[in-house]
Amino acid sequence: MKRLLGFLTVLGLAAGLGMGFGVAPREATQGNVQRIMYLHVPSVWVAYLAFVVVLVASIVYLARRSEAADRLAHASAEVGVLFTGLTIATGSIWGKPTWGTWWTWDARLTSVSILFVMYLGYLLLRGMIDDRERGARFAAVLGIVAAFNIPLVHFSVLWWRTLHQPPTLMAPGPAPVPGIIKAALYVNFVAFTLLYSYFLTRRVRVLRLEAEAEA
Amino acid sequence: MVVVWKDLLVERRSKETLNALFFFGLLLLFVFQFALGPDRERLAGTLPGLLWLGFILSGLLGLGRTFVAERENDCWEGLLLAPGDKSAIYVGKLAGNLLLMLVIEAILLALFGFFFNLDLAGVLPGLAVVIALGTVALAAVGTLFAAMTAQVRARELLFPVLLLPVEAPVLLATVKATEAVLLGETLGSVAHWLKLLAAADVVYVAVGVLTFDFVLEA
Repeated sequence: MKRLLGFLTVLGLAAGLGMGFGVAPREATQGNVQRIMYLHVPSVWVAYLAFVVVLVASIVYLARRSEAADRLAHASAEVGVLFTGLTIATGSIWGKPTWGTWWTWDARLTSVSILFVMYLGYLLLRGMIDDRERGARFAAVLGIVAAFNIPLVHFSVLWWRTLHQPPTLMAPGPAPVPGIIKAALYVNFVAFTLLYSYFLTRRVRVLRLEAEAEA
Repeated sequence: MVVVWKDLLVERRSKETLNALFFFGLLLLFVFQFALGPDRERLAGTLPGLLWLGFILSGLLGLGRTFVAERENDCWEGLLLAPGDKSAIYVGKLAGNLLLMLVIEAILLALFGFFFNLDLAGVLPGLAVVIALGTVALAAVGTLFAAMTAQVRARELLFPVLLLPVEAPVLLATVKATEAVLLGETLGSVAHWLKLLAAADVVYVAVGVLTFDFVLEA
């Protein structure tokens, strides 16, 4: 089962790369730089997915006290932070040639970086509590607070950046994206979701073995 | 609300936190001025941000001490064993913190007005609304996190590290709203920020009340 998932993930990532570099056309205005979108957008999707999983697992842990739910939340937060970092890194690499700067306080950049520090704090809290049961409880509470904070972060940052200067580069409303680019993006979405579930299952397994070894 | 009463009584008798925070606020103002230079024009533009920076920094110190009395005097078990709903303790601690922070903020505001030559009289009602909404959000999460970090090593470090990212939207909203109010705009022009703050207040207090039980366990 685990091997099958890993196999599927590799297959999906290969297909995603093929679609992104081979099949999808070179974007007219941005050139090849645009292809980083095939990593960037699925990464942020996985990050949000991971944090929703943290929320659900945290609630389940507080209600049922199942250690499996706690391990799921822990693993998902780690993978989520990893993909948030990937999102920021790929966004930076894209931003340098396109916007002419590594970093700008663009609305989406800002909200993703707030998520990044919020969940880094979550992992920090986990690392600092020696008592396993207490750590799980506190982390679950923090996981719930952080998840409910996501919409607040989103809107505050959106208004913070757009009230003064209307977005020039990323105009609101769906941009006209040709079908082939969309298809390449979808393949990468699937591949990254597979990658997320693969990382998640592996990490949960390691956490379970660690707990067993300690017990 | 025995908890509020107890904490307020202790604070009134000792005035320990209040005195220290007052002094801290004064020092902050000095530091801001030294760091940014005496140029009034330039300071005026950064004023809303500085004001909230002052509130947040003194809030971090004040809120972080929420459960110091319980921990240092070994009364933690007393809190745990208290009969009735644990969320009542949360509400009590929150109310105490809220009162303390509002007092500190009023003092800081007056000091800001004094040092930066602000005419606060006209904008005070609007400013009070913004500050009240922002402070509830700050204190609600702060009280919850203070309880969580009270029993953890390196708590002085962990508390701000956890609180600051979560409060980012609150900081953005309050600074923007304060800026508008100080420029003499009506509250209606920043209604969306006030709604966001009100939503944050409701979400934070609700999550705090619902999860505090789990924080105070065992």
